Amino acid sequence: MSIDTLSDPAAPADEKYHGLTAEQIDRLGAELDTLRQRVLADLGEEDAAYLRKVVTTQRKMEIAGRALFYLPVVGWLPAVACLSVSKILDNMEIGHNVMHGQYDFLGDPAFNSRMFDWDTVCPGEQWKYSHNYIHHTFTNIVGKDRDVGYGILRMDPEQKWHPYYLGNPLYAFLLMTFFEWGVALHDLEVENIVSGKRKLADNKPLYPGLMRKIRRQAVKDYLLFPALTGPLFPLTFAGNAVANLVRNVWAFNIIFCGHFPAGVASFSEEETADETRGQWYLRQMLGSANITGSRLMHLMSGNLSHQIEHHLFPDLPARRYPELAVEVREICQRYGLPYNTGRLHQQLWSVFKKICRYSLPGGEAKVAPVGGPGAVTEDSLAA
Amino acid sequence: MSALISPPAPGGSGPGPVVGRLLRSRLAAALATPHGVDRYLERFNPMWAAHEVRARVVSVHRETSGDAATGSAPVATLTLQPTSTWRGHRAGQHVLVGVELPGTAKRHTRAFSISSAASAPGERFTLTIRAHDEGQVSSYLVREARPGQLLHLSQAQGAFTLIESPATPTISRLLFITGGSGITPAMSMVRTLLRDGYDGHAGRKVTFLHFARGPEDQIFADELAAIAEADNGVDVHLRYGDQRFSEFELRRLVPDYRDTDTWLCGPAGLVELVKDAYAGPESSGGALSPRLRMEFFKPAVARAAQPADGEELTGEVTFARSGASAPASGTSLLQQAEELGLKPDFGCRMGICFSCTRTKTAGAVRNVLTGEESSLPDEEIRICVTAAAGDCHIDL
Repeated sequence: MSIDTLSDPAAPADEKYHGLTAEQIDRLGAELDTLRQRVLADLGEEDAAYLRKVVTTQRKMEIAGRALFYLPVVGWLPAVACLSVSKILDNMEIGHNVMHGQYDFLGDPAFNSRMFDWDTVCPGEQWKYSHNYIHHTFTNIVGKDRDVGYGILRMDPEQKWHPYYLGNPLYAFLLMTFFEWGVALHDLEVENIVSGKRKLADNKPLYPGLMRKIRRQAVKDYLLFPALTGPLFPLTFAGNAVANLVRNVWAFNIIFCGHFPAGVASFSEEETADETRGQWYLRQMLGSANITGSRLMHLMSGNLSHQIEHHLFPDLPARRYPELAVEVREICQRYGLPYNTGRLHQQLWSVFKKICRYSLPGGEAKVAPVGGPGAVTEDSLAA
Repeated sequence: MSALISPPAPGGSGPGPVVGRLLRSRLAAALATPHGVDRYLERFNPMWAAHEVRARVVSVHRETSGDAATGSAPVATLTLQPTSTWRGHRAGQHVLVGVELPGTAKRHTRAFSISSAASAPGERFTLTIRAHDEGQVSSYLVREARPGQLLHLSQAQGAFTLIESPATPTISRLLFITGGSGITPAMSMVRTLLRDGYDGHAGRKVTFLHFARGPEDQIFADELAAIAEADNGVDVHLRYGDQRFSEFELRRLVPDYRDTDTWLCGPAGLVELVKDAYAGPESSGGALSPRLRMEFFKPAVARAAQPADGEELTGEVTFARSGASAPASGTSLLQQAEELGLKPDFGCRMGICFSCTRTKTAGAVRNVLTGEESSLPDEEIRICVTAAAGDCHIDL
């Protein structure tokens, strides 16, 4: 393959899409399809054993957490720690991935995407629509992907500025603190109701499921488990609230590092109107960012630290992303594409700057095509 | 049964009745939300359950060893110790068995008839299974199931059951007509009658007419011989090989068979012949006698031959729930459904979001992304990236 011609600046720009010719994009798509096929064919007992092990760990953590609240004073902190870990594992490595259908191949009702629900106030049924369908199909298309700013933040210069966005950092802080509630209310598309694109009546069918889930979660964490600890009710109540908060903060941070660090591309509805499968793959690669870190870090992020691989192969078990990453990186290098990755603090700082920058009018234009001055990658491919 | 008698739980499996009630309480459900109590229990001991049913294989008994030359498949009887959640079964019922086949980690679920006499809650029962050539699950269970192995179960189901019992005796005569492994539910019924002290005398005779390939392929042969021998009012008639069912013979055995409570279970050929015998005169519209009860397993959908290059795809796509059908066109099942005016849920239309997942109950399909074909029954498929590869039934 002639790599030299891939990012030849002399070639007419109008024939290229994000730096690649149509033929290159088709080839890229075919390579990724092959990769996907290979992992699909290899799925089996190891993936099942891994998931069951994570679930067993999570259940034990949860039970330990609930039990440690019976130990006054000395038990409280370990209880909160166990419960926080339990909720993070439940939501990320288990819930998010199972509800993506990654483990549907097992035929086990306990891990079936249509039956599973997670330990948050957001009903899985509603999340799957906005996440699996809307976000994963229209990733980073401004105006279509509702995860660009979650309808409350300005995260892209293509989003028209309004004085409301002066509060960007505050909204982000509130969203972080109440993240599970934000995720739950996300499906009500409040911003589309404000803009007149959606009618309030459209939300009616969502309310019963949402209220049922909120009620069950609240009764469990804020009434029954505290009540079961008798006189320790206030401590248990507070502990459960803190565990939910810890999970909220962690999940928010991981998820914001997925699409908002500097250098991640956004797309317009026009340029993606007639997308090929290769172009869809390309958009997923350019529109996502990874986090480097230890195995523990990958586990606790539900392997969303491999957001690029997750967006390329959302229905492959997330534990396969690290092995896929090696080849995806190599493909990026060969096609001269950026592979946006960095340590957690680097990516977070980058996201923080963006949240602050876009609270004000303007902002840099969309990331220029690959090879241009705007293409930022914090990854050193030589590393 | 008196409420004071707690369900027997041989082998000490599962929690006792008090714990069981607690685990099934609303409080337990509220504490275990959203996953449910069973999702916690199973992590510690797969035989602990509040709602779901599982079982351990206690023993495997080989009934016949099969013969490749004659095409007869081996048969085995599995004795199962269910969890305390098993509600028992009525003679003639079947159960769904889920098992993870080695090498794939994928759970396959199939229905099997229970061969032991009616069971009480939590009580052991047996499945007698023939290893069909195309049946991955039956082959695996017959050839490779081992004591100690775990199976996932449903509760017993099916209405092909015995109405007669020693507690509520009628004066009816009973007739069982079975073929091949169709003997299993009838065996459960006869065993139940004899175990519970049914008296076949005084005009309440039981007639058991069974068709098998040959003596070497006959399951329960010794037991059937013992039943025939004993003074119990049960007549056993075994017919082998070319001895096909005939109305003439049935009339000789049971002259008023059309007015006799009859249970029929067997291969399609036998079922058709018996149905003809039980059909009323043409003048009355040929209605079947209401005394005839039949057990059907899922009708097999013929797998269309793989079309060679340039050859046309043949087959019929049936959307079972709506009743709509169309010739297989090679386009996605989602598109075929929409062309028929159906409005199934969908999302990405590219196979990533699982919004359009449906159950293919039977037939052959092809994944349009991978080209992979599959003809497993009861398979979840994403209809946006799946096309028919022959006849298929979709639950839509």
